[in-house]
Amino acid sequence: MALTAHDIQRTAKLARLGLTETETESTLEKLNAVLELIDHMQTVETEGVAPMSHPLDLTQTLRADAVTESNQREKLQAIAPAATDGLYLVPRVVE
Amino acid sequence: MSDLTQHTLLELQSQLQSGAISSVELTSTFLARIERLNPTLNAFITVTESQALAQAQAADAARAAGTAGPLTGLPIAHKDLFCTDGVLTSCASKMLSNFVAPYDAHVVRACQEAGMVMLGKLNMDEFAMGSSNENSFYGPVKNPWDLKRVPGGSSGGSAAAVAASMTPIATGTDTGGSIRQPAAFTGTSGLKPTYGRVSRFGMVAYASSLDQGGLIGKSAADLALGLGVIAGHDPRDSTSADQPVPDYTATLTDSIQGLKIGLPDAFFDERLDARMQARMEAVMDAYRALGAELVPVKLPHVAEAIPAYYVIAPAEASANLSRFDGVRYGHRADSPADLTDLYERSRGEGFSSEVKRRILIGTYALSEGYFDAYYKKAQQIRRLIQQDFTHAFTECDLLLSPTTPSTAFQIGAKSDDPVAMYLEDIYTVATNLAGLPGGCFPSGLVDGLPTGYQLTGPAFSEARLLNAAHQLQQTTDWHLATPEEITHV
Amino acid sequence: MYEAVIGLEVHVQLATESKMFSGSSTQFGQAPNTQASLIDLAMPGVLPTPNAKAFEMAVKFGLAIDAEIGRTSVFDRKNYFYPDLPKGYQISQFDAPIVGPGHVIIQLEDGETKRINVTRAHLEEDAGKSIHDAFDGLTGVDLNRAGTPLLEIVSEPELASAKEAVAYLRVIHSLIRYLEISDGNMAEGSMRCDCNVSIRPKGSQALGTRTEIKNVNSFRFVEKAINSEINRQIEILEDGGRVIQETRLYDPDRDETRSMRSKEEANDYRYFPDPDLLPVVLDEAFIQACRDALPELPAARKVRYTETYGITDYDASVLVADRDIADYFAKVAEASGEGKLAANWVMGSVMAELNQQDVSITEFPVTASDLAQLIQRVSDQTLNSKTAKTVFEALLNREGSVDDIIQARGLVQVTDTGAIEAIVDEVIAENPDQVANYRQATEDKRGKMLGFFVGQVMKKSQGKANPQAVNQILASKLSD
Repeated sequence: MALTAHDIQRTAKLARLGLTETETESTLEKLNAVLELIDHMQTVETEGVAPMSHPLDLTQTLRADAVTESNQREKLQAIAPAATDGLYLVPRVVE
Repeated sequence: MSDLTQHTLLELQSQLQSGAISSVELTSTFLARIERLNPTLNAFITVTESQALAQAQAADAARAAGTAGPLTGLPIAHKDLFCTDGVLTSCASKMLSNFVAPYDAHVVRACQEAGMVMLGKLNMDEFAMGSSNENSFYGPVKNPWDLKRVPGGSSGGSAAAVAASMTPIATGTDTGGSIRQPAAFTGTSGLKPTYGRVSRFGMVAYASSLDQGGLIGKSAADLALGLGVIAGHDPRDSTSADQPVPDYTATLTDSIQGLKIGLPDAFFDERLDARMQARMEAVMDAYRALGAELVPVKLPHVAEAIPAYYVIAPAEASANLSRFDGVRYGHRADSPADLTDLYERSRGEGFSSEVKRRILIGTYALSEGYFDAYYKKAQQIRRLIQQDFTHAFTECDLLLSPTTPSTAFQIGAKSDDPVAMYLEDIYTVATNLAGLPGGCFPSGLVDGLPTGYQLTGPAFSEARLLNAAHQLQQTTDWHLATPEEITHV
Repeated sequence: MYEAVIGLEVHVQLATESKMFSGSSTQFGQAPNTQASLIDLAMPGVLPTPNAKAFEMAVKFGLAIDAEIGRTSVFDRKNYFYPDLPKGYQISQFDAPIVGPGHVIIQLEDGETKRINVTRAHLEEDAGKSIHDAFDGLTGVDLNRAGTPLLEIVSEPELASAKEAVAYLRVIHSLIRYLEISDGNMAEGSMRCDCNVSIRPKGSQALGTRTEIKNVNSFRFVEKAINSEINRQIEILEDGGRVIQETRLYDPDRDETRSMRSKEEANDYRYFPDPDLLPVVLDEAFIQACRDALPELPAARKVRYTETYGITDYDASVLVADRDIADYFAKVAEASGEGKLAANWVMGSVMAELNQQDVSITEFPVTASDLAQLIQRVSDQTLNSKTAKTVFEALLNREGSVDDIIQARGLVQVTDTGAIEAIVDEVIAENPDQVANYRQATEDKRGKMLGFFVGQVMKKSQGKANPQAVNQILASKLSD
């Protein structure tokens, strides 16, 4: 399955990745080579095989419902690129 | 050896314990060496000199007060994707080139609590994506054995720093071979523990179901000492295993007489260079001489490990890296016109091409209409691979294989060919897909460059794996080979 | 002619102390980002740890709607970018939710009941809040709410009108309040509703194109939003147009829905199992413990009330809808020993007052014991219906206890026959003509004429005379 420039643009849009025109071109070529590598998988018969999401056969433990965190706003917002009055700032969002 | 920096962690431990040296002395010696060699090797992104000296002083005080633990005062350096409170944690990315982490990773805290001294933060492939350490916002790391060659990746800084004796031991992470391949390229010993053995809390995620923190050091025994510090259950990581941590050093000297070592047919194929094959023969002979029994085993599906890995890892990465959006930390584009522009430019500028490629592959593999053919298929193959290993371990205790098809390649040789780069992981990724522990240990030089062999064991068999490697290091001297001292800077 | 097909997605904030995946407080109304920890902010390297209480609450809900409980549930990542979503994905449950198919019964206006199937309910985390009006050209993001546990309850598209949708929503609201898994406060966003609306020609089996009205935040708006959307879709079809599948927002000021441009782009959420979290496997003991902890639910309570207090089915269903009102009624009925009177008072004066003052029963000035005492004073004939009203109003103004008020205002009903006879004699003496008329009238006309004399007697007694006694004495004296 070969990708087109349109596929790259659509995928980049989904991933919110800005690509320059030259980047799109070189990416297209490289990604198609990678997809060709990946497509080797299709030769394997996997009918009825349960997909495996975790290497360990463990189940989730649950945390007791208790408040263990305290206010760290000052420390955590010291590394924010844009914050005022305790709020993180982004360009105006229209709903 | 008069130079302290050439010693193993174990040797330094006994010198500290005997009072022959102080931690401040030891730390200063390493800091001086880093200062001299780093401009050439580029292994460190950040050197935390004053903090290191303060920690060393505290360690010496603890020793004087009789409160020192076994690791107190020993230096270590961390791969720059372990969060360090108050210290730059860049993941070698422009995206995090301004990110002073507000907290410590579990591994970092564990080392600190053991009294170890952090020398600094190590260079790597950006977000652990790469096999050569050429893909770093801070520039490539050079291989101390040949400055024109790569040290491997993604834990290239860790491997180069240990090989060049800038630190006696270093943390690394391994998602598809990122500890073992650089260990092979630099003649060091590296261990990727079982998935879940070491907490991932505070380790910036690349592919969450594959990532595992581990160590690169000068010997199997040093890895055993270090693993005891970083291993263990952490309730903050749901995938951390609640398993007791044995004393890995206690079983190092056990005999391996009768140990069954499997040789997977798929890993001794035509891709393996003839002289690499010869090194593997030498390793086999050495193990036979120790009384181990070598048996052929089959791993029928490992040929598909690379394709499956390059779907699963990018898929997980595509979501893991979505948090880098220029809003709460990290790189933010100048004067964004609107929200989409903020996202697209911050991420477009902050990530390198390789990171973008992997995000794109992962996004594509998860998108509507492709999920079953890519993501689901890869997870099914992953199950088949795990079953192969489970079956193989009914026939043997450990698996022996090469770590890489060849020795370290030239800087630039593969940097424009992602497929060639991805195939570097051909012998290592299956271990990650199955979540198993894997180690790489030196197996002698080819053309003056190091080679490494790989041991893979069943889940939580680190003690046995390190025992086997240590026994071999008692009868061979491959792990003692060091690169020629760099004198010109 | 068209018929509507409506399905609701109800988001319920679970009343846990801490968040779904972190130990941050879930308290409402704190200063921005003071309850946003490393994990809530999606700092690099952090990992989620799920809250056991949220699972307990979800399982209780599942049991309450007779649903299958997901013995193995799996968290997935739902990927999209938005400033209030710090990780760039929401942790949710897609293929394996905690609650599988179940159902609730709603009561229709004509008194009939209808079964509404619930497709599923799954656990997920809430997003933060965007503040659009604080800064010029910028949006502020507060992540205090980010990570608050949500139970998303998805109904089958089986609701046929806005009224049915509201009835369904009220049942869900009633259940979560009974289960104490959420305060259900729609104004504060503890319960929010997305309405999927489509229309089709009556009798048709095929579903029309649906639109989704996002985040409707009151029962009244749910009804109005659905009605206005149904009308909008009918107009489109009648003009020969086509309904577009899209997300819309209800504007209460204009009473219309409008397209949400920000969500216009086709979404591809790329769900996949969250590798940071393992499958959650609940054993029988966990589920049994949840079952054992279930309170009496509205349906069971309704039956009990009709049997214990002798009230009608209808009255019981009105009284049990809200757990606090049901508790209040039960206290009044128990303490007064008068089930029917208690029901009349609670459904009448009390509920009218609650609606008018817009307060909850727990903050209502007339306590259950006040009302019970008032009812007792009516049954022991200290008060009549008129003076009882006066006392109720005084209780609303917090003028003291029932007996204090009766005392202070001199409202004790006159039941002393001697005193009443004296007044009756006075009235007879003062109205000779009417008395003569009465005595000449036939039996069937006398009933009506008696009213005049009763009125006169009551007036003279300032409303305090016992009406029954007045009637009796008047009838006997006039017939002499």
